[in-house]
Amino acid sequence: MKLQYGFARSLVPARTWPFFIDVGVAACGLAVFFTIVKTGVYWLGKPVPVVPISSSIRVLPLYASYSIVRMVLAYMLSLVFAVTYGYIAAYNARLEPWMVAVLDILQSIPVLSFLPPVVLAMVSLIPGHQLGIEMGVIFLIFTGQVWNLAFSFYTSLKTIPREMVEASRIYRYSAWQRFWQLELPFSTIGLVWNSIVSVAGGWFALIFCETFTMGNRNFQLPGLGSYIQEATYSGDVRALVAGIGAVVLIVVATDQLVWRPLIAWSDKFKFEQVESADRVKSPILELLRKSTLFSTVPGRLAGQIEEPIYRRLSRTRECRVVQPLDAGRPAKNSPGYWALIAAVTVAVVWAAAQAIYMLSSITWPDLKLLLEGAAATFLRVNAALLISAAWTVPVGVAIGLNPRLARVVQPLAQILASVPATAFFPVLLIALVRLGGGLGIGSIALMLLGTQWYILFNVIAGAMSIPSDLREVASLYRFTRWQRWTRLILPGIFPYLITGMVTASGGAWNASVMAEYSHVKDRTLEVIGLGAQIDAATDSGRFSMLLLATIFISLMVVTMNRLVWRRLYRLAETRFKLEG
Amino acid sequence: MQEPAIQNGAADRAATEAAGAVSAQNPVAEAIIRAEGIEKYYAQPSENRIQVISATDLSIVPGEILALLGPSGSGKSTMLRMLTGLSRPSAGQVYWHGKPIAEAEINVSIVFQSFALFPWLTVLQNVEAPLQARGVEPEERRTRSMKMIDTVGLDGFEGAYPKELSGGMRQRVGFARALVVEPEVLFMDEPFSALDVLTAENLRSELLELWSKKTMPTKAVFLVTHNIEEAVLLADRIVVLGRNPGHIRTDFRVQLPQPRERKSEGFTQLVDYIYKVLTRPDVSPDEAPDHQHPTPRVRDQRQMKYQMLPHARPGGVAGLLELLLDKGGRDDIYRLAEDLAFEIDDLLPIVDAAQVLGFLTVEEGDAAITPTGTEFANSEILRQKELFRDAAVKGVLLLRQIRRALETKSDHTVPEEFFLDLLDEQFSEEETQKQMETAIAWGRYAEIFDFDAGRRRFVLPDAQEEAVAPAEEAP
Ligand SMILES: Nc1ncnc2c1ncn2[C@@H]1O[C@H](COP(=O)(O)OP(=O)(O)OP(=O)(O)O)[C@@H](O)[C@H]1O
Ligand SMILES: [Mg+2]
Repeated sequence: MKLQYGFARSLVPARTWPFFIDVGVAACGLAVFFTIVKTGVYWLGKPVPVVPISSSIRVLPLYASYSIVRMVLAYMLSLVFAVTYGYIAAYNARLEPWMVAVLDILQSIPVLSFLPPVVLAMVSLIPGHQLGIEMGVIFLIFTGQVWNLAFSFYTSLKTIPREMVEASRIYRYSAWQRFWQLELPFSTIGLVWNSIVSVAGGWFALIFCETFTMGNRNFQLPGLGSYIQEATYSGDVRALVAGIGAVVLIVVATDQLVWRPLIAWSDKFKFEQVESADRVKSPILELLRKSTLFSTVPGRLAGQIEEPIYRRLSRTRECRVVQPLDAGRPAKNSPGYWALIAAVTVAVVWAAAQAIYMLSSITWPDLKLLLEGAAATFLRVNAALLISAAWTVPVGVAIGLNPRLARVVQPLAQILASVPATAFFPVLLIALVRLGGGLGIGSIALMLLGTQWYILFNVIAGAMSIPSDLREVASLYRFTRWQRWTRLILPGIFPYLITGMVTASGGAWNASVMAEYSHVKDRTLEVIGLGAQIDAATDSGRFSMLLLATIFISLMVVTMNRLVWRRLYRLAETRFKLEG
Repeated sequence: MQEPAIQNGAADRAATEAAGAVSAQNPVAEAIIRAEGIEKYYAQPSENRIQVISATDLSIVPGEILALLGPSGSGKSTMLRMLTGLSRPSAGQVYWHGKPIAEAEINVSIVFQSFALFPWLTVLQNVEAPLQARGVEPEERRTRSMKMIDTVGLDGFEGAYPKELSGGMRQRVGFARALVVEPEVLFMDEPFSALDVLTAENLRSELLELWSKKTMPTKAVFLVTHNIEEAVLLADRIVVLGRNPGHIRTDFRVQLPQPRERKSEGFTQLVDYIYKVLTRPDVSPDEAPDHQHPTPRVRDQRQMKYQMLPHARPGGVAGLLELLLDKGGRDDIYRLAEDLAFEIDDLLPIVDAAQVLGFLTVEEGDAAITPTGTEFANSEILRQKELFRDAAVKGVLLLRQIRRALETKSDHTVPEEFFLDLLDEQFSEEETQKQMETAIAWGRYAEIFDFDAGRRRFVLPDAQEEAVAPAEEAP
């Protein structure tokens, strides 16, 4: 398994954009926040549309289908948006640095921290109806899924081999043909792998969002998440088992029926010049390929639609004149363009200023509370990461060095990473309440459940990639165990470990937000932390606190990424590359 | 004898313009593609621009195979891209039948070194794709593509994917795709250099056959290559590019009749001549053998501060000198390459390197070993390093500078970046990296400096020893 197709969420771009773009992006973020909150405020105090949640097994299929539909909608939306976004970012030189900076920041921010305000805003747009909550939830999952997809597509577009682009130009492909025959095929593998990660993250968030309550307001949606929660709280073990079983079943079925065939199929887009021996096999895909219906009908249908398009496009200028590849002299900006830029800037600055002005109502005790919360969450996230790494590294290496075992366990780790840990959260909470443990431990446990598999998966991949001749050399020279680890194994898995940790860290931040503030029946469990602050602040309508907490969490994540992960990543890329 | 259709230089250009104004029958006016004073600059991150091609005129006229030769990095590919409209010249203009190329409906194809096939499309789909872009109906598309696949000898493989084919077969697909649109000019960028020798030979002769039998409606072929023999085998006209920045060094017609014999005297003479041109970048070339038309012209207007280091390993230089000594100290470079079973292009950097170090001189296509060269070849390794060090410090500005900087600084270390910045002003980013790699390889070998790859710093070798020495004395 190659690193670039690894099971990772965050991709780390080389930072090439100037600092003012970061500032600009931050200003835009503030402006968006302000708009959302302003919209949300109107809603406060209006009646809550509550749907009673049933825990009867008979409704389970229905609830499961609700959840699946939400998931599919969010994913489709993400894919379309990601492809559009990546395309514009790759080909519009003026927007490119801005769009990449936005990607870089948004892919690392824990979107779940926006759940309360986003749901509020959506509900206020469609008042008195569950649709508002539905849209809020879908929108949120969408924002959690879209960035790594967009980033993957953007990177693919930027790495298409030059001669292939030139071939498409000299043979005068239209943008349409280029997209379907060059750009999309070339990006497929990256998109498939990132889709797996995105959808896994989506389930994690969806299950949680469906059970979302805030103070005494209830935003529950009928779905798997609310079903499991209801079953847990009503002590219905059968329903609980059935609910969790349904979640696992959906994940396994998605893996077998969708992802495996897709991975096997996307093998044909691999840009290797030689046939590779070792590849993912999928019986489902074999079946589909053998069916005459499936192998002829889509092609014919596509032909019916395509041909008129190609015929029409061939008469356009683009298909008659060879389009140069290097950017021409920059076009003169029209006054309209400048007016637009000015208007946008004014609007953003105004909204950002308003948002910052909101902060003036923060008092010292508030600030102290937030700082403590930030420190607590930070410690918890990193504790979870350390614990994950501590057990996954030895286990992953042991598995990875045993190829036969690795071939079995690695796909399993991928599935485990895709099972949403949030489904187990209600059970975990009840257990903690019974045992008298605090939510502090509970939130760490939740983070662990959600994130350690990414690390395990990548560590196994790393151990598998250590060339066997290097291992032989190590045993030939009778390396001690210590030497083997420090000279061979750790350097060998380092890039993979970092990839896994970056992903896990993103997931852990996300989990922290939802884990710190929970309701068990009518009790509210709460530990000190930023996530708790965010929920509590929305609950009481203190938007200044909400804003500051969100700023804190974003700043922490972005700073960690820039100062720690990005450096480690670069180090991994340069120093510890085993191949060549 | 026919007048050369392409001319270079200001005086010639004036003449061309005058002629063009008088009559439409002028051969220049009939050019399919005509470049006038095209130049190319690339912007550098460091804000200065690098000139890759200096003002050049070139025309492609019907009925000829034109080969563009030149050392690596001389801008052959850049030139090809400007002539096909893929790249906009920074100055000057390219015309397609007299019309600016950016507005003309041109009909050309390119065969690429890397084949540039789409791995997710079958052979047939790959060949059909350009026709699809032109709005050809499905049935016609299919028949034309199948016919072309037959022509290149791939019948039966239309359903295969490129990765199932050998390199040679892949390039056949590349040819089929290029020819299926019936291009007026067929461009090729080192089409055979990714193939093994036999396959390449085979494809070359098949191409010639297609061309001479007029099986393809193509009116002209433009071939970029770094293989001298290939150029002499195929071309009706050869243009040699020099580098820094790219310029035409010589442009002549090949009068040898087809099919050409590699062993014939005319052939080897011509190869020798081109060799001479390529190995003496600083000397204006003489006329090509067997005909007279002086267009030699060297444009080294820009005073280079750093010379271009040839990318050769010290070990390679030693090997070459030893071989040369075995042969009595003097031999034809062309024959040396043959004896070593080297591609000429691989040998030239080594010869260049030995020349820069003053270990050999090149005269008339012969390499002759110098007294230091002889001593070098006869010495054992430590002495060799010493000789190499003296020669390198004397002959290579960059190495001299690094050494001096290391000696001057109190801590005896200098970051690589410092020199990269200096090189950057003169070379492209990629070339800067290559130059530095070569300099590091030479410097390490000759113990001019040590290089700490982790910290990317140069270190004076003695400085390190000094640092270690006291510790060793302690016990
Ligand atoms: N996009 C670019 N940006 C900056 N420099 C470039 C770019 N493309 C080419 N160059 C530089 O222009 C010079 C000429 O490149 P070109 O590829 O045309 O050479 P070439 O003669 O085809 O060499 P080769 O034999 O290696 O293919 C090289 O020094 C190269 O580094
Ligand atoms: Mg080239």
